Amino acid sequence: MRYVIIGNSAAAIGCVEGIRAVDPAGSILLVSQEPYHTYSRPLISYLLQGKTDRERMKYRPDSFYDDHGVECRLGTAVTAVDPAAKEIVLEGGQRLPYDRLLCATGSQPFVPPMEGLDSVDKKFTFLSLDDALALERALTADSRVLIVGGGLIGLKCAEGIAGRCASITVVDLADRILMSILDAEAAALMQAHLETHGLVFHLGDSVSSFQEHRAQLQSGGTVDFDVLVLAVGVRPRTQLLAAAGAQIDRGIVTDANGLTSLPDIYAAGDCAASWDISSESRRVLALLPNAYMQGETAGRAMAGEPKPFNKAIPMNAIGFFGYHIITAGSYTGQAHVHSHGQDYKALFTQDDRLKGYILMGDVARAGIYTALIREQTPLSTVDFDLIMEKPQLMAFSRTDRIQKLGGAPC
Amino acid sequence: MKRIYVNEAWCLGCHLCEYYCAFANSGEDDMVKALKGVTIHPRIQIESQGNISFAVSCRHCPEPLCVKGCITGALTQKDGVITIDENKCVGCYTCILSCPYGAVMPGEGTAVQKCELCTRNAQGSPACVAGCPNQAIVWEER
Ligand SMILES: Cc1cc2nc3c(=O)[nH]c(=O)nc-3n(C[C@H](O)[C@H](O)[C@H](O)COP(=O)(O)OP(=O)(O)OC[C@H]3O[C@@H](n4cnc5c(N)ncnc54)[C@H](O)[C@@H]3O)c2cc1C
Repeated sequence: MRYVIIGNSAAAIGCVEGIRAVDPAGSILLVSQEPYHTYSRPLISYLLQGKTDRERMKYRPDSFYDDHGVECRLGTAVTAVDPAAKEIVLEGGQRLPYDRLLCATGSQPFVPPMEGLDSVDKKFTFLSLDDALALERALTADSRVLIVGGGLIGLKCAEGIAGRCASITVVDLADRILMSILDAEAAALMQAHLETHGLVFHLGDSVSSFQEHRAQLQSGGTVDFDVLVLAVGVRPRTQLLAAAGAQIDRGIVTDANGLTSLPDIYAAGDCAASWDISSESRRVLALLPNAYMQGETAGRAMAGEPKPFNKAIPMNAIGFFGYHIITAGSYTGQAHVHSHGQDYKALFTQDDRLKGYILMGDVARAGIYTALIREQTPLSTVDFDLIMEKPQLMAFSRTDRIQKLGGAPC
Repeated sequence: MKRIYVNEAWCLGCHLCEYYCAFANSGEDDMVKALKGVTIHPRIQIESQGNISFAVSCRHCPEPLCVKGCITGALTQKDGVITIDENKCVGCYTCILSCPYGAVMPGEGTAVQKCELCTRNAQGSPACVAGCPNQAIVWEER
């Protein structure tokens, strides 16, 4: 069996581990555009912050490829996939055969057309190690930084560079920060916290045009800057499989084993769309745990021992300057909100199920809530008051508790 | 694999397991020095309500969501035991988001902490089990 993997990040590594859990012998070729040993993408902001370094941010040990019998072609882009010939095409034209292929090409930055963007000399996206290193080279202690996009990536970037520039201004079209994971009240709390760390926000606003070091805002104001970071959004990198004829619905469409609409071609991670059980809809869940688990699932299926992954939900753990957020699921149904100082909790219930939650500040044991969503546990089987109070196993029935702590683990 | 199992019917809610855990992981060899006047951060924690109580610690799941979800590769599983590399962990708390038992917790520094079955301290086998006065916590093959 000849396995070929395109990509070298969470989904690709999950696939290697999934294949090897089943098939110790088949050959694995991994091709990746980025020239680096597998690294943790979310750590690029921690790298700029000095909280990790190039060595510690490796996602797996140096011996990983050897230990797993993986042949690597790093720093090489795949330019086409030919499903009829069962070959991939590398830049330069070389063609390589596969029996089973995984596409784990991840995300790419989305940069909307903006007037005058060409006149800006120092502009960056923030998605890769190369992006982070380039941004680092451009920054000085005097830099005024403008970040367009107040989402996860834009604000993680802000945290990463806050100690090494003069000022940070964030502009976002939405009327609140972290739109994809927070409700208005939680967003206001986090915004106030970020403001105490010097960030300046222009929300419900956008850049109408750039003139070298000046951004003209829709609202009429201007922001002068030296360095521009574009963090408006990401899109699944679907081009290779789209051109090969695979079904795309925002992300590459896959089944619960990661199989695409093309025979023997699998997809996993940020490039793929998954079925979100909390909203009962197909979504791109651009999250590292999801990428790993989809990759591992695809790997097992490619090696002939499928173990479908059908419990995907959106979920996020993220913190800014020591203030933590954990969220999961979808914010539909009845909201149960409890807020006390910096601690914020919103639980969303519908049809006897927990559908989603937001925890900020006190995030202890959040995984108990995540499990209620993932397992779609009927809330009528738990003590509602106890589970609303805090995540605790005490809320489960005695029989369930005995099973959880005295039986076989997950 | 030998795991920790908890029997709530026998748990007295005495919290001794928490103290033995904190002591075993303190690096101190004097219990007074390790625990007296100190706020402890045990990796096993008692839940109690009325006359029910039980201890919760990592179950070392065969399909560990914390390890699979770890964004840095700091959490790994070897011979069934899940351990944390404090040097790699940046404290993002994705493991806290993932663990269905609520058994991973913030540590004293940046890194999270969890039960490692006393494999990385001088104890060698679970201190909570050895210290439990009523065998409500056992370490065995099932
Ligand atoms: C700043 C930042 C912070 C983040 N923080 C978090 C967080 O806290 N928690 C969380 O869960 N997620 C976070 N994420 C998201 C997380 O990084 C992604 O979900 C995860 O990396 C997805 O993994 P992946 O394997 O699908 O793809 P990616 O990590 O995007 O990797 C894609 C791989 O494919 C390769 N590739 C692409 N095209 C080609 C080609 N044509 N030929 C060959 N190789 C190719 C690339 O070189 C790369 O190796 C963050 C992302 C960013 C940018």
